[in-house]
Amino acid sequence: MANSNTNPVNTNTAYEKVLAARDSNKLTAVDYIKYMFGDSFIELHGDRRFSDDKAIVAGLAMLYETPVTIIGIEKGRNTKERMERNFGQAHPEGYRKALRLMKQAEKFRRPVLCLVDTSGAFPGIGAEERGQGQAIAENLMEMMTLKTPVLTILIGEGGSGGALALAVADEVWMLENAVYSVISPEGCASILWKDSAKAPQAAAALKMTAQDLFGFGMIERIIRQPKADDQSMFESLKLLIMRTFEKNLALTDEELTEQRYARFRKIGTIDSELIP
Amino acid sequence: MDLFAFVKPKNELETTADKQHNVPFVPEEMWVKCPKCNTLLLTTDMEENLHVCTHCHHHFRMSAKQRIDLLTDKSSFREQDKDLTSKNILSFPGYNEKLEKACKKANESVRCGTGTINGVLTELCVMDADFMMGSMGTVTGEKITRAFEYATENRLPVVICTVSGGARMQEGILSLMQMAKTSGAVKRHSDAGLLYITVLTDPTTGGVTASFAMEGDIILAEPNALVAFAGPRVIEQTMRQKLPKDFQTAEFVLQKGFIDAVVPRASLKPTIARLLKMHGYGED
Ligand SMILES: [Zn+2]
Repeated sequence: MANSNTNPVNTNTAYEKVLAARDSNKLTAVDYIKYMFGDSFIELHGDRRFSDDKAIVAGLAMLYETPVTIIGIEKGRNTKERMERNFGQAHPEGYRKALRLMKQAEKFRRPVLCLVDTSGAFPGIGAEERGQGQAIAENLMEMMTLKTPVLTILIGEGGSGGALALAVADEVWMLENAVYSVISPEGCASILWKDSAKAPQAAAALKMTAQDLFGFGMIERIIRQPKADDQSMFESLKLLIMRTFEKNLALTDEELTEQRYARFRKIGTIDSELIP
Repeated sequence: MDLFAFVKPKNELETTADKQHNVPFVPEEMWVKCPKCNTLLLTTDMEENLHVCTHCHHHFRMSAKQRIDLLTDKSSFREQDKDLTSKNILSFPGYNEKLEKACKKANESVRCGTGTINGVLTELCVMDADFMMGSMGTVTGEKITRAFEYATENRLPVVICTVSGGARMQEGILSLMQMAKTSGAVKRHSDAGLLYITVLTDPTTGGVTASFAMEGDIILAEPNALVAFAGPRVIEQTMRQKLPKDFQTAEFVLQKGFIDAVVPRASLKPTIARLLKMHGYGED
C-alpha cells in the first residue's frame, strides 16, 4: 500500500485517537452540560412533528448571566443509557428537534452551543422513511444563515453528515482526543481495500484528528481533554465560550452570517493551500 | 421537436457486415441487455428512446453530456469552470491512480454552465456517474457553489441533475465540508427569491442527498431511481435483515413525502420548461 504520493504518517497515533474518541468511559454531552451549567439547565423535548429523539439532548441554560441554547448528541454512559440514546445516532426527528430549538434561539437572539459526539446519523429503515438526508440538508441550509451566534464543540466522534448537521457554526472546536471525518476508518478501509482491519491506515490517511484538522485550518481551537473533577478546566472552557459568544453577539446579523458563509466558502477553493 | 434531438448514429457496422457476409450480423456492442427485464435492446433503438428500455421503461444511466443534450436547446450550453480538476490534496493512498482513470472516462464529477431550456436561460449542473460514481469532492462542491453564486448574481434559476455515490472519502473532511458550502450557496440563491429545481437520478445517495439534492424548491426524480441517505447495503448490515423490494426507490420516497414528482425522462424537459415559465423566467 506504500505509495509514491503518500506522506509518511504515524498510523498508530491517528487510530489511537479514534479509539480514544470512542472510549465509553469518557465524558458525554450530559456530563459537559452538568459540569458547565449545573442546575440552570432546562431540557426541552420533541421536534413537534414526529417524536422526541433521545439521541439529542437539548435545552436552555445560563452561561453566567446569559441564557444560551444547548444542543448535544448524547451517547449514554452505560449500557441502559446507550440503548435509550441509540448510541448517539440520531434519527431525522433529532435533527429536526435541533433545528426547532435553533430557530427558537434565533428568535430571541440567544447563542447556540452544540456538543457533538456521534459515529453518524442512524442508518435504518425508519430514518430513511422519515427523510434522514432531507433533515440533515435542511439543518445545513438553515444554520448557515441563522441570525444568532453558533459554536460547535466536538467532544468525541464527529461522524460525517450526522455531525456536520450540528456543526455549521461561527467556530468549530475539538477536544484534543476528538476526531472528525467524512467516513469511519473501518468503513473507508472496507470500501477501498475490502479489509476493515486496515482501519488504522485509513484513519491516518483520512487526516481526521483534531491536530490534523487544526493544522489545515478546519477548526479554530483544540481544547484540552477535561476530567470529571477538573472544575477549573470547565470554568476556563466556559470563559472561552462566553468570550466567543460576546464577540459574535456584537456583530450585526449581516456581519455574522457573512462571516459564517466565508468560513465554509473558503474550504476547498482550488488555489487555497490546504495541504497539511 | 428538440426533446428528440438525439441524432441516430448510422449503423455502419451492420451494413458493412451485411455486404461482406451477406448474412444478418449484429456485433455484440450493438446490443445492450436491460438489467431489469433482460430484453436485448438495439443500442440505436435505446439511444433513440433517450436511453430508456423500449420494453419495460427502465431508465439507463446517462452521461453528463447526454443529459445536457437532453435538457438544453441545441448548441445553447456554455460550460463554466471546465478547467477545475480534482487533486489529491490529502495525499491519500491510491487516489492519484483513481483520478487518472476517472479523467479518462469523464471531465469531472459535475459539469456546470448556462443553457436555454425551451428558450429559458438557466444555470444547469449535471453530475456524472462516469467520474468516480459522481462522488462529491472539493471540485464538485466548488463548481456547484460557483454555479449558485453565478445564478444569484445573474438572477437565473438553477437546475441540478444529481447522481452520486456520496462524499469522496479520499478527500476526507474537505469533501464533508462541501455539503455545508454548497448548502450555504443554495440558501443565498433561495433567499434572493430564485428558483432551484433538482432532478434526482439513479443513484442519489449519501452526502449529496443530505445537502443540495434535497434542498430544491421543487424536487423531481426519474422513475425507479435509488434515492437514499444511507445506501441499502449499509442498512442491511445494520438491521441484519433484507429490505423491502421497492425501498428507497423514487416512487417510495415520493410516497413518503420527500419528492414532488416522479417524471419519466421523455417528459423531463417539457416539465422543467413549464415550471421555469410558471416562475416568470424567460418572459423578457
Ligand atoms: Zn427493460
